[in-house]
Amino acid sequence: MSPEMNDVVISCEHLSVAYQDKLALENITFNIHRGQFWGILGPNGSGKTTLLRTMLGLIEPLSGSVRLFGCSPRQLGVLRDKIGYVPQYAQIDFNFPLKVRDMVMLGRSRKMGVGRRPGSDDWRAVDQALAKVEMTDLAERQIGRLSGGQRQRALIARALALEPELLMLDEPTAALDVGATEGFYEWIHHMHQQMKITLLLVSHDVGVVSRYVSAVACLNKRLVAHGLPQEVLGSETLEGMYGCDAMFFRHGDVPHMVVPAPFHDPSHSHP
Amino acid sequence: MEILTFGFMQRALLSATIIGTVCAIIGVYVVLRGMAFIGAGIAHASFGGVALGITLGVNPLLTTILFCLATAWSIAFLSEGRKVSEDSAVGIFFASSMAFGVLLIGLMKGYQADLFGYLFGNILAVSPADLWSSLAIGALVILLVWFFFKEFLLFTFDPEMARVTGLPVKALNLLMMSMIAVTIVISIKSVGIVLVSALIVTPAASAYLLSDDFKKMMLLSIILGVGSTWTGLLLSVWLNLASGATIVMVATVIFFICYFCSPQRRKLRRNIEELRVEVKEK
Repeated sequence: MSPEMNDVVISCEHLSVAYQDKLALENITFNIHRGQFWGILGPNGSGKTTLLRTMLGLIEPLSGSVRLFGCSPRQLGVLRDKIGYVPQYAQIDFNFPLKVRDMVMLGRSRKMGVGRRPGSDDWRAVDQALAKVEMTDLAERQIGRLSGGQRQRALIARALALEPELLMLDEPTAALDVGATEGFYEWIHHMHQQMKITLLLVSHDVGVVSRYVSAVACLNKRLVAHGLPQEVLGSETLEGMYGCDAMFFRHGDVPHMVVPAPFHDPSHSHP
Repeated sequence: MEILTFGFMQRALLSATIIGTVCAIIGVYVVLRGMAFIGAGIAHASFGGVALGITLGVNPLLTTILFCLATAWSIAFLSEGRKVSEDSAVGIFFASSMAFGVLLIGLMKGYQADLFGYLFGNILAVSPADLWSSLAIGALVILLVWFFFKEFLLFTFDPEMARVTGLPVKALNLLMMSMIAVTIVISIKSVGIVLVSALIVTPAASAYLLSDDFKKMMLLSIILGVGSTWTGLLLSVWLNLASGATIVMVATVIFFICYFCSPQRRKLRRNIEELRVEVKEK
């Protein structure tokens, strides 16, 4: 294996995936390298979440392959401990009687082994994860009593408790308001620079995400484009993704997306 | 107090302690996973197992355990795909197993014996053999919960995360369904097929109202469960009432007390009060 291949954390090759009985992803090929921060972007129903779930081994590919650390998702074994996964927020029952610290500890369940109780190493990892998301003082709070942003950070802490090399987030800002979304990306960008892990996040929020990631993959069932955000996100790509004349305005390095659809209200398409 | 010296009463109290504890523990998972209907479904399905045992002339405990396990696994298997919801699967087995039991009983001419006892339970009629088998099975369930504590917790809280971390989710689900089934079987002699699901759901639902922590919820559920079975049993003896029904009524009264005292509810009321004041000031 060449050193460059060794550096590949996720590789998709001619990956096609069916969701229920429809083709959700078609012929996807790209590599994610160690230490990169990828944004998987696309409108609703573009197959972003399906791609993430296929990478995690929750959905079996129709054809082609996906490999994480050189293994197919079903054969990962102990390599699973290198992967932190942050699910979509709405999927979690926050009324569950669970304190933040205990929820974060659940992230380490498999690593601890069946029948084992958390040891001092485990609690140390949990405390470090909580410190990284700046929630040490909320550790004893019931998860339902956290704000939206805090809940999201608690879920990230749960993934970080594994001390992963790869962190995958599914629509991390879906439940946050605009101001909190900006703040969240600032924070995760900062965290990525400090921790030097590979980050992959799925979002429909093209404008904000493209300012913070090091690479993007634009999906609409097919891979419309992938690469550096400033090179990839031209009007051609956006048209391929959204099927309309969207474009970016740039103020220096900061792109802003403009979608000239008069009655389009993005908040309505995400109940 | 004199009544406590009788063997049947001591057995009843021991039985009340065992089933109060085991039902309360299993109930925590049933309530948090929203499976109350499954409890009721498997309990009613056990009627088929009881009838089968009586018809074949073997110990009904054995046939009921096998019958309930088969029912639990069938529900899990049927609802795995997307074609049948768990809800519908339970509904189908709920009635068909009872129908099967009724047909079997009908085939046996002149059989009237303790069917009423199985339907509504009689904790004072628990035999030493019943007691030993419920002790053994109850201990096994508690041991499994202790051993797989964090696996069951993660699976209950976030099944998808459990799958992603590589836990054998299907096996855990089958194991949990089996534990629900055997818990029901050891309880029907005491509280009856019709009432047993209340003993599983009610103490855990009461504990849920008062807890912000999983371990606390389980402990509180056990305390309320055993409290209900003991209070219900002693009340039923004192007032000469049906024991199973009295136990369930006590558990229900406790539930409503918890409901009206729950901190969430009080907090909600306080918050609404504050909002009202705020609106008035504007």
